[in-house]
Amino acid sequence: MSKVRVLVGTRKGAFVLSADGKRDRWDISGPHFGGWEIYHLKGSPSDPDRLYASQSTGWFGQLIQRSNDGGKTWEPAGNKFEYDGIPGTHQWYDGKPHPWEFKRVWHIEPSLTDPDTIYAGVEDAALFRSSDGAQTWQELPGLRAHGSGPRWQPGAGGMCLHTILLDPSDPNRIFIAISAAGAFRTDDAGKTWRPINQGLHSQHIPDPNAEVGHCVHRIAMHPSRPEVLFMQKHWDVMRSDDAGDSWHEISGNLPTDFGFVIDVHAHEPETVYVVPIKSDSEHFPLDGKLRVYRSRTGGNEWEALSKGLPQSDCYVNVLRDAMAVDALDSCGVYFGTTGGQVYESNDAGENWSAIVRDLPAVLSVEVQTLA
Amino acid sequence: MIRAVIRVELPAHLRTLAHVSGEVQLEVEGEATQRSVLDALEARYPMLRGTLRDHVTQQRRPFVRFFACEQDLSHESPDAPLPEAVATAVEPFLIVGAIAGGAIGLAAPSPEPVADLAAAVPARWLR
Repeated sequence: MSKVRVLVGTRKGAFVLSADGKRDRWDISGPHFGGWEIYHLKGSPSDPDRLYASQSTGWFGQLIQRSNDGGKTWEPAGNKFEYDGIPGTHQWYDGKPHPWEFKRVWHIEPSLTDPDTIYAGVEDAALFRSSDGAQTWQELPGLRAHGSGPRWQPGAGGMCLHTILLDPSDPNRIFIAISAAGAFRTDDAGKTWRPINQGLHSQHIPDPNAEVGHCVHRIAMHPSRPEVLFMQKHWDVMRSDDAGDSWHEISGNLPTDFGFVIDVHAHEPETVYVVPIKSDSEHFPLDGKLRVYRSRTGGNEWEALSKGLPQSDCYVNVLRDAMAVDALDSCGVYFGTTGGQVYESNDAGENWSAIVRDLPAVLSVEVQTLA
Repeated sequence: MIRAVIRVELPAHLRTLAHVSGEVQLEVEGEATQRSVLDALEARYPMLRGTLRDHVTQQRRPFVRFFACEQDLSHESPDAPLPEAVATAVEPFLIVGAIAGGAIGLAAPSPEPVADLAAAVPARWLR
């Protein structure tokens, strides 16, 4: 029988939640790395027992941990992230040039085919790759060398490269997203990059339709249709049908189109999930009601999913890396909150229940579907 | 060549990382300085590289402190001799995580804006 393993990164450690295919009884393991911020942990698609975790604190900096047994035991891996060449400057909050400084790894993306190859998205924004199981890391400098780097600016959470999507049909194509620069694509395995932000419209930047400068929060794709991308921007939910060359808004009837997460059903490429958040100054659900919104039409028409979720006095946030889906026949959807709950639906969002309720603030959620 | 045994006390998180309990004892060649002690520490426990000082600049991380003999040595030159009591293993060299409590701001910026940082965000992101 199939199993699922939910990998949860929190502000004070990592947790591994495991269940069989019914997904009604859960085993909770953790905290791993108690006391450390775990921005993200993720398993290799080609070797599910190989996991990588980004571990950091303001005191002792960045560590990378690796597991070869599905998270039972861990070993420290390489943590030297050195920018290629002279890092240069990007814009600071005040618009002045600010030197590129490594702060932390936000997102880890293992290769689809090789468990020893991993990508890491870091703050200040850059993309690194390891081909030796995370022992050593090399920057893919073509991204920052695109030429727009000096115009990139941090969002309020820092200038982070938080999304890495690997195209399963083309190993040379990678999508990334940066707050607040926008989305970029390479078609030559990371040598050269170009911004893919045409159609994004961000008010209150000097040019609302600028080539770069957009605060993209998250991008998602269905592996069967890698040219179709869904984006939760700071404000606006967007869609591209041409691998990011152009975008159009699909916010439709959402009650608010601010939010962080977005994901796609495992078997229905036109079924998309978001969690609307009231606004960028009020990071909690509208009216104290935690609701996932689902579109089965690829956007524009959204329905609220609330059964089993708190519908009063709920003021948590759902951060950008904190939603995932499993690949079981009845698609499971998972998300974590800043209040420490991890919610799960084993029927594509119709019904929800909390796997755990009292973890530290959840920073990331990933799911592995195991044979 | 002078060889000294130095007693080093690590903060709890780094003892866990290095799989040690209690003090560690390091043999240091040459004069006992912050640099020679940290070099010896990182050679013995490579997983600590980058946790106490920056990989590239070798600068002490801002929230790491070095204490010994009831003195804060954090701002001393990394090549200054350590106190005699440390060099002769009478006293330990203490590596300490600076006190940085509170949920907001210090040492623990959020993946999304927290209240005080949000105030620093340019109005361009507000709509």
